[in-house]
Amino acid sequence: MTGGLNSRSSHFYQFLSIAAGLLLWYVLALAAQSPLLPGPQEVAAFVVKKTMTGEMPTQMGITLARVVAAFVIAMAIGSGIGLVMGQSIVADRWADPWLILFLNVPALVIIIMAYVWFGLTEAAAIGAVAVNKIPNVVVTVREGARALDPKLDELARVYQLSGVDRLKHVVLPQLQPYFAAAARSGISLIWKIVLVVELLGRSNGVGFQLYLYFQLFDVTAILGYTLVFVALMIAIELFLVQPFERHATRWRIRHA
Amino acid sequence: MQRAGASGTLRVRIDDKTYPGADGDGVQAVRGLAFSAASNSCTALVGPSGCGKTTILKIIAGLDRNFAGEISLNGTEADTSRIGFVFQEPTLLPWRSLEENVRLAATPEMREEDLEALLEQAEIAEFRDRFPGELSLGLARRASIVRALAARPDLLLLDEPFVSLDSETAAKLRRLVVRILDQRSVTALLVTHDLAEAVELADRIITLSPRPAHVKSERALSTPRAKRTPAMLKKYQAQFERAAKAAKAN
Repeated sequence: MTGGLNSRSSHFYQFLSIAAGLLLWYVLALAAQSPLLPGPQEVAAFVVKKTMTGEMPTQMGITLARVVAAFVIAMAIGSGIGLVMGQSIVADRWADPWLILFLNVPALVIIIMAYVWFGLTEAAAIGAVAVNKIPNVVVTVREGARALDPKLDELARVYQLSGVDRLKHVVLPQLQPYFAAAARSGISLIWKIVLVVELLGRSNGVGFQLYLYFQLFDVTAILGYTLVFVALMIAIELFLVQPFERHATRWRIRHA
Repeated sequence: MQRAGASGTLRVRIDDKTYPGADGDGVQAVRGLAFSAASNSCTALVGPSGCGKTTILKIIAGLDRNFAGEISLNGTEADTSRIGFVFQEPTLLPWRSLEENVRLAATPEMREEDLEALLEQAEIAEFRDRFPGELSLGLARRASIVRALAARPDLLLLDEPFVSLDSETAAKLRRLVVRILDQRSVTALLVTHDLAEAVELADRIITLSPRPAHVKSERALSTPRAKRTPAMLKKYQAQFERAAKAAKAN
């Protein structure tokens, strides 16, 4: 880790870059004078208005709940399968063709089949998103499970650690970097797929709103929803994922 | 402190341990090894590097079941007993503090004050909140020894616990192990390539042959550990070296 001065100046450049982008957007919108390219001030006004009426927080809340549900399910199931496949050669041989199949089935196909087979339900929607993400989690966690340290396994056996203790103190901490990698790529992938699922088969949520405003050709609304949702996802990364990771790897940071 | 049958006589018989080789025919690490270690005493296994000492310890600890032979402690199968293993590398969990590492191995009946006393005795109590990455090798070894004792072992296995330490740190650590062996009744098995280490710590020394390992000679040291003077240690060591040379000449 470098000192405070360096990280402050990197934040300074990030801020400058965003400000320059907004300025460019403002100038372009001013030049275009078209409802198809609203300026940042119009988008901001839309966000404020819809926040006051409660529409935006409600729809964002619904979508966020779906993102969280799909994320938790995908991480839990994917980690379980990945752990078993990484530890057992037989399980790996059996499951590998199916893993490759699911890695390559397009998200849209999984969503359509889920709606066809299980109806236009909440469970089908969240399940379809989770199924899209699970193969990625499996691949990442399997890599980690293959790299488990045999010396630590011997340690756990000599001191007769219980299954729970072994998982909590020996196995999961070794997999932590792999969970972090899976979670990182997971959050961004999942929220994009959730919007598609909402567009195709739900009557609320950010995806459904985008669909409505698309039919009205309301670019201001589309940009407003998109930017706020992106901001929300960045906030989750900054204020939830990163602090959690810092806590989980504190033994490593202090060491360096 | 002592519970019924806490420590017992260890009997080891390894007829054959062969590692499968890449080319099909295996490498025989141990052949026809048999010895026993008396209850509440320290037995040293001394042998050249690569003679299969670590393999023998892993078999005794129940970590390797793929061998022909039998291990028993107090007449029962050894793998049902509690074992304290001081690995060649300290092997602490890097993401847990020193104290958490020790507590993880501690048995439920290990009392709080005993654990404190152990940490104090090994002079690592002040480092209890440090992560292993922040400890020197000497401190990590101490933690590893304390962890092994916290398991209240029926059998304590020490695999080259003093290697890669500077001579002063190694000497301090040896004195700690001597104190522990004298104060706590425990059956210990020490593996080392260093005769000086063995004569300082052991009640009995077993010399191993090069691979495939078997017992070459056995000798008891009559003077109790605490009463051995530096001059006596030198004398013992010289005797062993002479015996080894004589054996080679034959």
